[in-house]
Amino acid sequence: MMDIFSLSAVDILNWSVHIGLTHFLLLAALLFSIGLYGLLTRRGIIPTLMCVELMLNAANINLVAFNHYRPVTDFSGQLMAVFSIAVAASEVAIGIALAFRIYRERGSVNIDELNHMKG
Amino acid sequence: MNELLKLVHGVVNWGMDTAESMNAGVLIDASVFYALMWVSVLAALGVVLCRNVVHSALLLTASFIGVGCLYIYMDSPFIGAVQFLVYGGAVAILIVMALMLTRRDDMAHSNLSRSLFCQAGAAVISGAFFLCISVASLMTQFREMSAELGDSVTGLADMMLTKYILPFEVAAVLLLIAMIGALVIAKGAHES
Amino acid sequence: MENLTVGAAAEWIRSVILLILGNELLTDVVMKFVGLGACIGVILTAAIVLTYAERKVCAFMQVRLGPNRVGGRFGLLQPIADMLKLMSKEDIIPDGCDRIVWALSPMLLFVPSALIYGLFPFDEGVVFADVNVGVFLLLAISSQSVLPFLMGGYASNSKYAFIGGMRTVAQMLSYEAPMVFSLLGVVMITGSMRMTDIVAAQAENVWFVLLQPIAFIIFIISATAETNRTPFDLVEDESEIVAGPFAEYSGMRWALFFLAEYANLLSISILTTTFFLGGWHGPFLPGVFWFWMKVLFMVFVFMWFRWTFPRTRIDQMLSFSWKVLLPLALVNMMFTGIGVYVWRSMM
Repeated sequence: MMDIFSLSAVDILNWSVHIGLTHFLLLAALLFSIGLYGLLTRRGIIPTLMCVELMLNAANINLVAFNHYRPVTDFSGQLMAVFSIAVAASEVAIGIALAFRIYRERGSVNIDELNHMKG
Repeated sequence: MNELLKLVHGVVNWGMDTAESMNAGVLIDASVFYALMWVSVLAALGVVLCRNVVHSALLLTASFIGVGCLYIYMDSPFIGAVQFLVYGGAVAILIVMALMLTRRDDMAHSNLSRSLFCQAGAAVISGAFFLCISVASLMTQFREMSAELGDSVTGLADMMLTKYILPFEVAAVLLLIAMIGALVIAKGAHES
Repeated sequence: MENLTVGAAAEWIRSVILLILGNELLTDVVMKFVGLGACIGVILTAAIVLTYAERKVCAFMQVRLGPNRVGGRFGLLQPIADMLKLMSKEDIIPDGCDRIVWALSPMLLFVPSALIYGLFPFDEGVVFADVNVGVFLLLAISSQSVLPFLMGGYASNSKYAFIGGMRTVAQMLSYEAPMVFSLLGVVMITGSMRMTDIVAAQAENVWFVLLQPIAFIIFIISATAETNRTPFDLVEDESEIVAGPFAEYSGMRWALFFLAEYANLLSISILTTTFFLGGWHGPFLPGVFWFWMKVLFMVFVFMWFRWTFPRTRIDQMLSFSWKVLLPLALVNMMFTGIGVYVWRSMM
């Protein structure tokens, strides 16, 4: 447990130039929150999908950062990132095919207008 | 001539000593990280805030590439290359193509957002989320050390074909299913 | 003879810089910048030489004289005249275009084409970044050049440019797959994705063009398509869509597109040389001569294609990639795998 309230300015400066795991975790959290904000505010299908991609990217950063900065003996973190990227790619393919179909059938890609189950 | 060379050597050595005392290596390391970080974060902000949806998609690509460079920064060139190939090369193009094929009349205001109330709520939720995560990761004392892992390509290939052979095959089947599924869904639209 | 290599030249430059600066570490840093400058220099020289060569080869194929006015009987100053013409042209910005995206497109197109030069082994020990995922990183970086075409096509606010951009995506994505699979055979035989290992493996045994003839042909065809040259120049098809994504560009912006195109032409020639023709290895002469002889031969072959084959149709071209080249590449990969397995178990 680190006491973050009793740090001096020099300590903070020192911490901010020695890049470690925490920096990457913070970056990933920032990207994830930006993606989350976009996911909650956007109204089109494809912009929503883009924000989901941002969030998945943030998760991948965590996987690779833990693999690099923790004393692990193999590449499992990197391998998980590869699998996660594969799943994300297939998710985008399906999502865009769906968006395309919805646009063709209803002439709109706005999520709020997709509120009835019958075609 | 020799005097001049001596002078230059003196200046260079003084400069190197100063750089040594200021930990220049660490500073360069940090500035590379911060440059890449700002590229990906600002591009991600652009994705969320841009009025034109095509600009958002292009900025999304910039963000992907920034993250890919960060992977290379973390000594994982394989993941970096996968990121460039899959995200920068395929996903980004798929998204831009889809935007162009489903475009309405006016591109300048194509990225609609919800009401101001809704936006404020979303900002509060995502801000709170970021605060929670950052406090948690700042409070945790990680035992940081990067182990010597050897050649990443050989290591990854060994793991993929021995310990993780089942997930690997499942991922292959998943990609095949996704490809066929996307074809079926998109082709149905063409016929109707 | 031994001193005539690029590595020796680099050593000499390094020793001069070391004499001036007198510090090992700083000299290494400066040498990195010298390497970068050399890569950029190769690209710019290539653009000048190849524009001239393209005109002369074209003239040779069509039994004409080619440029013969500016700079003597052989028109040697023609590239400079071309450059002056392009620089003095008016910069026309199309009405209703997406200004930022439109202006960024030619610049961004040049970036991946220039970046991959850092991965090429030019001579013994002369490679800017010798990464263990070399081949893969190379394909990943060169796949980034699809999006700038689409950006240019979209932002020009013109239907010809837009159709050209869409065609680029279809063409470059479908020819990327056979290209990757044809290179996998080479990687499987070498057992490494490092570019210098591939060159070394060919020096020990035979050139991979003899071991992988089918992969060589598939690679040549898909590389021609990747660089958008005739017979696969559907992207800038003059008779159908004016000039594709370049239709609305003029002057120096247009020249940047062509700089990228010639950088790509040279880089696929270098790639063919490195993967299939033994890189910089060869008897008697120093490596750098062999390297550039092979590369210039491959450049000539690609120009030969351009001026002898008629243009294909877009649907024929795409079905050729997916129905012929890709299955062929997969079968080739399977047989290579069996061959490598049998060879290893016999050893």
